[in-house]
Amino acid sequence: MAEPFLIGESMTGGYGAVDILHDCTIAVDKGQIAVIVGPNGAGKSTAMKAVFGMLNLRGGRVVLDGEDITKLTPQARVRKGMGFVPQTSNIFTSMTVEENLEMGAFIREDDIKHTMAQVYDLFPILKQKRFQAAGELSGGQRQQVAVGRALMTQPKVLMLDEPTAGVSPIVMDELFDRIIEVARTGISILMVEQNARQALDIADKGYVLVQGANRFTDTGQALLADPEVRRSFLGG
Amino acid sequence: MLNALVAFLNYVFVPAMAYGSQLALGALGLTLVFGILRFSNFAHGDTMAFGTMCVIGVTWLFQSWGISFGPLPTALLALPFGIVLTAAFVLATDRMVYRFYRVKKAKSIILVIVSTGVMFITNGLTRIIIGPEERNFLDGERFVITAGQFKALTGLTEGLAIKSTVAISVVVAALCVAALFWFLQRTREGKSMRAYSDNEDLALLSGINPERVVMVTWIIAAALATIAGTLYGLDKSFRPFIYFQLLLPIAASAVVGGLGSPLGAIVGGFIVAFSEVFVTYAWKKVVGYLVVLDLEPTTLLQLLSTDYKFAVSFTILIIVLLFRPTGIFKGK
Repeated sequence: MAEPFLIGESMTGGYGAVDILHDCTIAVDKGQIAVIVGPNGAGKSTAMKAVFGMLNLRGGRVVLDGEDITKLTPQARVRKGMGFVPQTSNIFTSMTVEENLEMGAFIREDDIKHTMAQVYDLFPILKQKRFQAAGELSGGQRQQVAVGRALMTQPKVLMLDEPTAGVSPIVMDELFDRIIEVARTGISILMVEQNARQALDIADKGYVLVQGANRFTDTGQALLADPEVRRSFLGG
Repeated sequence: MLNALVAFLNYVFVPAMAYGSQLALGALGLTLVFGILRFSNFAHGDTMAFGTMCVIGVTWLFQSWGISFGPLPTALLALPFGIVLTAAFVLATDRMVYRFYRVKKAKSIILVIVSTGVMFITNGLTRIIIGPEERNFLDGERFVITAGQFKALTGLTEGLAIKSTVAISVVVAALCVAALFWFLQRTREGKSMRAYSDNEDLALLSGINPERVVMVTWIIAAALATIAGTLYGLDKSFRPFIYFQLLLPIAASAVVGGLGSPLGAIVGGFIVAFSEVFVTYAWKKVVGYLVVLDLEPTTLLQLLSTDYKFAVSFTILIIVLLFRPTGIFKGK
């Protein structure tokens, strides 16, 4: 099998002296959706941040499209084509929706109108509210702004840290639909999710982490069907 | 009745407008630095003094060359040069002092104390270079309209005089505010400053260069400080120690409006200026026109002596911090 588009391989490390990740491997193929699930404190977000370069790795490496990017800063990774949507404070609350998108495209020198139109096509509600301060929007709409902002750099990989945290089930379904749409345009998606069942349902690949290490890795459907995964992590 | 209104305009409204414009410009600089660099810059008053000193220097140079600006003060011509010198000085300070702490991600309270140190150094430098005594550098027309002209024009017993420095203060402040808001709302550089102020981490993720944002902020703050200081110096007079004291009403203005909010800084500047003039003005004359003769007040009707004008800023500061710490426009 060819090497995946983005892989964090055998990652070991943490924020301080104590390692949180132990030989953890996360990968996503082109245009596919990979989902990281697991119990609280399993290191899901940490694994994501490690792939994005937000903590120092003691072991392992991160490879994007065949290039070793382990030593790059998060900002440099954005320029390499990675988009990251943090779990909290992921929008500029005092700025309008349109300004949020403009700031997302800050590193681009070319014309951003086309990309902005694409984002508005994907999230029509944002077009209606484009001159409104992003901080005044509802939770689901704010998440759309956050995803839209990250899409403005035209990333090859989009990383989402719990995109559905704190939104209603209906909004969650809609967000997942949009995420599938994004993946269909050829962008790889790597996301951490609390709502494991729904997330695995749309995942091409699922990673179940426990205590910073891979426990189960399989396709989303296979994990959903696995009796042990169901019993331990999906509540039966 | 009309006489009372004219007296009110002459002694309260017009001076407070000029003072308010000057405070607003000062508070804008303070609030911008707070929004971007996340600390209250205690050295701002002395940056104003330093900037004004540069302007005075260039003004003297121009005067010695025989250059003047017609009816307007020569200082306005010297202003751009003063701004460049002050910006250079402030950027040098940032490079030598603040950046060291920024790289270490020092807490904002440490930066506040550092800025206090910078304040003393700047203050000392200003006094060494230009001396501690009072300087008057106003030339050109003194009045837009004098009290005598006004009386002749309207036939009222009370005159309304508008000093040219008052008109210049209000006009220049309005131009600066318009330019600043255009910059912050419309330009890429300005938007990146707002983004950085709003959410530093996300701004970094978006590829905004923090050093550039900080540099632009310092330049704008230096420009605003120089302009505010020069306007104040033209309107009153220049003494380094007075500028050091100005920090208090300026800080009060920024806090009243909400630290980090440019609009708040402007509103705050006028609130503080009007409060100060209201409580320190002797209302005897105005009231005298309003009541029948034998009821004319025998005292000055002054709430506070002008010596206590700083108490007004202090009181406002304390009231706001007690009851609405985020200020009128929801700062930080």
